[in-house]
Amino acid sequence: MSETTAWNKKDLLGLEYLSKEEILLILDTADSFKEVTSREIKKVPVLRGKTVVNLFYEPSTRTRVSFELAAKRLSADVINIASETSSVKKGETLIDTGRNIEALKADIIVMRHNYSGAAAILARHLGISVVNAGDGWHEHPTQALLDIFTLREKLGKIEGLNVSIVGDIAHSRVARSNIWGLTKLGARVTVCAPKMLIPPGIEEMGARATCNIEEALKNADAVNVLRMQFERDEQSAFPQQMEYYKKFGITEERLSKAKKNMIVMHPGPINRGIEISSEVADCPQSVILEQVTNGIAVRMAALFLVTQAHDRKKDETAD
Amino acid sequence: MKLLIKNGRVVDPANNLDEERDVLVDQGRIVKVGRNLNGGADQIIDAARWLVLPGLIDMHVHLREPGREDKETVESGTRAAVKGGITTLVAMPNTNPAMDTPESVQLLQARIKESAQAHVLIAGCISRSRQGRELTDLARLKRAGIVAISDDGAAVDSAPLLDRALRKAKEQKLAVLLHCEDRNVSAGGVMHLGAMSTRLGLRGISAESEYKRIQRDIQLAEKARCPVHICHVSCAESVEIIARAKKKGVRVTAETAPHYFTLTEEAVRDYDADMKMNPPLRGASDVHAVIQGLIKGTIDTIASDHAPHTINEKEIEFDRAEFGIIGLETELAVAATWLVRPGHLSWSDLVKKLSLHPARILGIDKGTLGPGKAADITIVDPAAEWVVRKEECVSKSRNTPFVGWRLQGRVMYTVVDGKVAYRQ
Repeated sequence: MSETTAWNKKDLLGLEYLSKEEILLILDTADSFKEVTSREIKKVPVLRGKTVVNLFYEPSTRTRVSFELAAKRLSADVINIASETSSVKKGETLIDTGRNIEALKADIIVMRHNYSGAAAILARHLGISVVNAGDGWHEHPTQALLDIFTLREKLGKIEGLNVSIVGDIAHSRVARSNIWGLTKLGARVTVCAPKMLIPPGIEEMGARATCNIEEALKNADAVNVLRMQFERDEQSAFPQQMEYYKKFGITEERLSKAKKNMIVMHPGPINRGIEISSEVADCPQSVILEQVTNGIAVRMAALFLVTQAHDRKKDETAD
Repeated sequence: MKLLIKNGRVVDPANNLDEERDVLVDQGRIVKVGRNLNGGADQIIDAARWLVLPGLIDMHVHLREPGREDKETVESGTRAAVKGGITTLVAMPNTNPAMDTPESVQLLQARIKESAQAHVLIAGCISRSRQGRELTDLARLKRAGIVAISDDGAAVDSAPLLDRALRKAKEQKLAVLLHCEDRNVSAGGVMHLGAMSTRLGLRGISAESEYKRIQRDIQLAEKARCPVHICHVSCAESVEIIARAKKKGVRVTAETAPHYFTLTEEAVRDYDADMKMNPPLRGASDVHAVIQGLIKGTIDTIASDHAPHTINEKEIEFDRAEFGIIGLETELAVAATWLVRPGHLSWSDLVKKLSLHPARILGIDKGTLGPGKAADITIVDPAAEWVVRKEECVSKSRNTPFVGWRLQGRVMYTVVDGKVAYRQ
């Protein structure tokens, strides 16, 4: 593992708070863990004896499973807490829940929460590590890291790339984390959405914004297609969905006008025929399933690095 | 009991006074303000190098009693007030029960009589339970002793209801304190809508939700020919709209709070709920506009909007945390540090914002140190520096955004009705 840059953060809360070097360190660390995941015996003992608690206040299967596998492949013990089964319903505060988990001698809390900033608040009150698995509309750092990891793997570098993010930018933690991560590594980011879904001041985060999908795809080396969430009531959502697909859907026709080898990414789960056509989702440039595979290596890296930093700090205070 | 305050710099803009004088107090009243006063006082305060000000009046305070005595009580809130140099405050009516009947008002008056350390005036509700549907009985509330009406915390959405309230208030000579917010626009928001809310992924409260409602309410006031007071002005457009209305001759006054001329949306960065209030902290250009509004006189008063909340309601997810911060203990010092020290306002200007103007708007015989007036006096060491610490808060709650701030200007004595109610 690279020793040139030291990782000294006990938490991973968002890519806004990381330097370029720290992001690269995670990616490089993930590179070496990816090799582990392709072995016959997919396990290394680096987190043996450590306990990872997945604390999920929002239903999520894929992120939770990915973190669980990552922890298990590092030989950690894993506990899953979902909000339905926890004492949240009994009115316990987030900080109290965190302190209880800390009192159980867990080492890392991986938290998904529906409110922005929840991971930061928890991390501030706890001595153990907190890894943000998505907080409200704010950040989803490991998702962006696995997106960037996959891009780098495919195109060899991030610097100088044109990456477009298409979808509900206003309510997307994936978009925010990607903007921070990609721009720090030197990519140019364009966000594309209906006007209502582009939040004010997004340019100040370093992204260019457009409501024109053709413009967003022109010159793009990669497009990250966000999941669109329309109202539950399918009947009233349908015309909206069709309208969105017509104006912003990633279709073969739009793909044919874009750069020849433009990479197509999606954080999943995909809505075929809503934000992306089936043909595009399954086309050779689509790396959607590779993203899923890479997610494990990236999360292994995140868990490993925060543990190291935490243990090092503990040693220092013990001295 | 005679009290003599000697050698202080008396700042009393109502009498155009800003000079060294002695102040003699007897039986709760000011007897004389003059040079070299003597006369066998029971107590002498040497106020050399200190300022002697008319007692400060905070028009916007949430005392929480009755109903939420875990956050604040009349006793703890007024103790915080006198520590901050405030001798008179207006208690906002969003208590439980709300101040929408004479009975609730009497209940609170009893508590005030028992435990208040400063004068507490009561604002009654505009609408029953502050629901914006049914007007309260303003004549009966006035007879019960309220000085103003407000649905603060909630805006009055219905224009016809507010119109009727304004006409009644005028008849009853009640001050009208308006919380201006269009909740259809601000719905669900927890901080200022802008680049920082985008960055933090938090729902925004647009400036528009405030200033459009101010515009409407001013129009209603103009039509009803009733003076109105706009609470907690936070954004540039609001200042502009109020300035235009004043120029036109509409009888509108406005207040802001210390956090709106010192802090921006930037302060929310760490999801610290002590930075969460309504209206929210806005942009740097808004802070600039609020300061300009204070300088030019568009904004007449500074009030704390003291809104105590327990730790349980603040040390949680930002979205779920309550709106509001405490401010009684810090408002004078924050204003002195951020407005007087950089030269935006003179001490005399500041006394107008914190005492004289509130008295005039409320129609009470306070805000000046003339002979015969009630002896409410605030004595300040303008040079003394101190650091705001949570553990030193006298309020029952500690939700202040100013923790760790080094402030200049310290209240040394607070005199209420001729008696020392607080001493540093």
